[in-house]
Amino acid sequence: MIKTLLVRGLLVGLLAGLVAGAFAFFLGEPHVDSAIALEEAAPTGHASGEPGHDHGEGASEGHGHGDEAVVSRPVQRAGLFLATGLYGVAVGGVFALAFAGLRGRVGPRSEPLLAVAAAATAFAAIVLIPFLKYPANPPAVGDPATINARTLLYVVMVVVGLASVAIGVAATRRVTVRETWARALVGGVCFLVPVVAAWALLPTVDEVPAGFPASLLWDFRVASLGTQLVFWAAFGALFAVAGERAKARVS
Amino acid sequence: MSGLSTSVNPIPLHRLARWLLAVPVLMLLAYLVLMDNGAISQTGTFLHELMHDGRHLLGVPCH
Ligand SMILES: [Zn+2]
Repeated sequence: MIKTLLVRGLLVGLLAGLVAGAFAFFLGEPHVDSAIALEEAAPTGHASGEPGHDHGEGASEGHGHGDEAVVSRPVQRAGLFLATGLYGVAVGGVFALAFAGLRGRVGPRSEPLLAVAAAATAFAAIVLIPFLKYPANPPAVGDPATINARTLLYVVMVVVGLASVAIGVAATRRVTVRETWARALVGGVCFLVPVVAAWALLPTVDEVPAGFPASLLWDFRVASLGTQLVFWAAFGALFAVAGERAKARVS
Repeated sequence: MSGLSTSVNPIPLHRLARWLLAVPVLMLLAYLVLMDNGAISQTGTFLHELMHDGRHLLGVPCH
């Protein structure tokens, strides 16, 4: 049973990751390219900018993705699918084990409903809550010197998202009132308090360079959030369907 | 929606325990894809570069 769930999580995660990768390829890559073009056109780049040369294919430019042309732009675009696919495998596997633990204990009793509810909750906890505090940024936005601090803050926000969901769910179950709305209210408040506290207390990151087009930043962020939304929607639906098919085969 | 409501019995937690060993492995995979800059993979910036567009579009801080 657990093995079946885990395999389902890994495979469905891979599939949903590739679907999200396709979304990101068509709706996100154009904005990544625009941002990189701006990055290279900038007079004071991150390092010895030879303005205009091809990203990743030239000899030496700044930091990160262009450095030493470790990986060329076309390969980076293909690497997008590798990244989203492996991301899907990793979170899909963890999701499946969490699902195995929750199943029959928390949430809807119907497996497909639980799959969809759990995927929606995971999206809120590990994507939406961190995103609203530390939104995704395109290349050219962000100081390479602060990457470790920013990554740590991002991880803290993911942990806060997961912990807040757990607190909210636990509170809903502990509360002794009968009315559903009152239980939901208590759970909602217990979920929101740590989230809002973290939003208010954790340091703000604002490293958008002066003159960076606001519309490009917005479009990129929408595409990024859309990529995660597509992933979790596809994952929840496929995980639910795969479960029903497995059950149909057994019976 | 008939047939969906076959009551699910919780999986005993002691049976789940040994499967949890997979979690650190999966977390390591996620780390390598989303965050590693050579510290653990020992590939220099290769993984970062390869996963670069994915990191940005999945919403993880990249550089
Ligand atoms: Zn980057």
